Amino acid sequence: MSRIAQKFAALKAEGRGALIPFLEAFDPDRETAMAILRGMPAAGADLIEIGVPFTDPMADGPTVQKAGQRGLKAGATVAGALGMVREFRQGDAATPIILMGYFNPILSYGVAKFCADAAAAGVDGLIVVDVPPEEADEIAPDATANGLDLIRLVAPTTGEDRLPKVLSATTGFVYYVAITGVTGTRSASTDDLAAAIPRIRKYTDLPIAIGFGVRTPQQAGEASRIADGAVVASALIDGMLASLDAEGRATPATVPAVLDRVRELAEAVRKG
Amino acid sequence: MNKPIPNSFRQGPDARGRFGPFGGRFVAETLMPLILEVEAAYEASKTDQAFQDEWRRLLTHYVGRPSPLWFAERLTAHLRKDAAPGMGAKVYFKRDELNHTGAHKINAVLGQILLAKKMGKTRIIAETGAGQHGVATATACALMDLPCVVYMGATDVERQQPNVFRMKLLGAQVVPVTSGAATLKDAMNEGLRDWVANVRDTYYCIGTVAGPHPYPAMVRDFQSVIGIEAKAQMQEAEGRLPDVLVAAVGGGSNAMGLFYPFLDDADVAMIGVEAAGRGLDSGEHAAALSRGRPGVLHGNRTYLLQDGDGQITEAHSISAGLDYPGVGPEHSWLHELGRVQYTGVTDDEALAAFQLCSKLEGIIPALEPAHALAEVLKMAPTMPADKIILMNLCGRGDKDIFTVAKHLGEKI
Repeated sequence: MSRIAQKFAALKAEGRGALIPFLEAFDPDRETAMAILRGMPAAGADLIEIGVPFTDPMADGPTVQKAGQRGLKAGATVAGALGMVREFRQGDAATPIILMGYFNPILSYGVAKFCADAAAAGVDGLIVVDVPPEEADEIAPDATANGLDLIRLVAPTTGEDRLPKVLSATTGFVYYVAITGVTGTRSASTDDLAAAIPRIRKYTDLPIAIGFGVRTPQQAGEASRIADGAVVASALIDGMLASLDAEGRATPATVPAVLDRVRELAEAVRKG
Repeated sequence: MNKPIPNSFRQGPDARGRFGPFGGRFVAETLMPLILEVEAAYEASKTDQAFQDEWRRLLTHYVGRPSPLWFAERLTAHLRKDAAPGMGAKVYFKRDELNHTGAHKINAVLGQILLAKKMGKTRIIAETGAGQHGVATATACALMDLPCVVYMGATDVERQQPNVFRMKLLGAQVVPVTSGAATLKDAMNEGLRDWVANVRDTYYCIGTVAGPHPYPAMVRDFQSVIGIEAKAQMQEAEGRLPDVLVAAVGGGSNAMGLFYPFLDDADVAMIGVEAAGRGLDSGEHAAALSRGRPGVLHGNRTYLLQDGDGQITEAHSISAGLDYPGVGPEHSWLHELGRVQYTGVTDDEALAAFQLCSKLEGIIPALEPAHALAEVLKMAPTMPADKIILMNLCGRGDKDIFTVAKHLGEKI
């Protein structure tokens, strides 16, 4: 059983959903991002999503775009992101890590080499935003061969006719994009989510995580109860941003600023 | 390496939207159902006589098609002066700069806006570089009473002020894009983000033969009116086809429009001219085919300017319309097959051609076709006098006079 499947099974036994915080690799610098990553499990992260910066992130709103730009400026590369995971795994063998990014940096690295190196570094799953099911054969064979889960996005626009096609090839968990929009902009209503998730469950037994627009502890708690997990990205980045100095550099307050928010979110997810 | 040569160069794209290995549909799931919807509507429009009749009616009575074929006699004579005896090809212009709105962009825009109406969409968005596509889209939206939002890089807003004001006069909202390098690629990112957020009522009118399938094929098909007309006009003027076609390539829509109907005419050579900016080896250019390598951006696999880590690098050109780090996927395919030759022309060469054309032919070209013309100036003297070059003069230069004046050190 994969680390992702094990984690969701354990949480199901606990009777709660997962908190999946996001951080952008090398944002605002490698050392700070590494400290945040290391501190996340103790702060209550059940799974962790790491963004691999790309110059042209077409599904991301301003917050994650700027996080990516800071990451790139700090020297982020695919190899650098994998290096962070490798270092993280030295102290944590249990927390699943999902890399989220766009296809071109992976293509440039080499798809087969990327999947092999990611698995070796301790990555558990991949979300490649701009590879829909129609293009999945670009990466699915190498991901599968290396035991990586390929986590698919389902959107409000994904109709009943497409759901079986999208879901049949998904492994690990399903990522429900809660809004038609980019990251960090608006939020779905509880009613919308309560209607959307059962629609997906008709076609899959996999866990479902909700992302895009999950910002507050209350929203994270609700999402983790309606589905099986909540992904929080922009709200954490915004929290970090407030702790940076005038030149955008990390301060002693940066790592606690993010981890305190993770703690608040984790508490809300655990409240049941 | 032996590449199998297809028995027709006009077969692409396949069912996956691929031209050989290029093209495809690399978009987020939120957009995927929309892309499929556009594809289905576009396929249906091909056999919808009422749709085709309306598009043709607009091209004739609103755009002013067919655009003339012009024998550039003074330019030809000028180039023969310094050529060896018996040398100096005849130069013809396909005058798409005479279209309403001043460029070829309107051909595909009218087709797309008619399609959007047919699909029941009530809001139009577009990206623009030089502003020509934005102006064309704003124009079509004014004509068809649709709200229009145009994303334009803040850098381009600055250097293409006349077109920004035109779009406003036409009732469009121009949104300056400050993310990334604030040029055309970032405007396209912003267009895609808007579309994701407004999928239900919005149609994204893409200006070039790029983006996810079916856009590269659809925009090419609409622009093919250029090549189809030129073929017939050339038969009438010369009783034969031209020997060489020349067109500027940014995203590559005017070039695909001219080239596509000739692709299976084996005796017709084709040259696509990319912007070499400050020189192909200066690192400051927009020559994706000459200096880039294949990657995935804006929904398709194609040649891109990128660094060793797969991050997209900034393009540079004096021409805002060519300032794009990618190129349409069909061009990448034609490049690898060797059917079209791609070359580069620098900012300075384009500026010189811009001035020469104005003085010799009384035609002020846009900076984009000035790149194509600079290539014509190089090649015509090396070809025998009985050879024919057909160049796509795809836009007029009114929008560029401020940029050119600045480069020439003149105040206007």
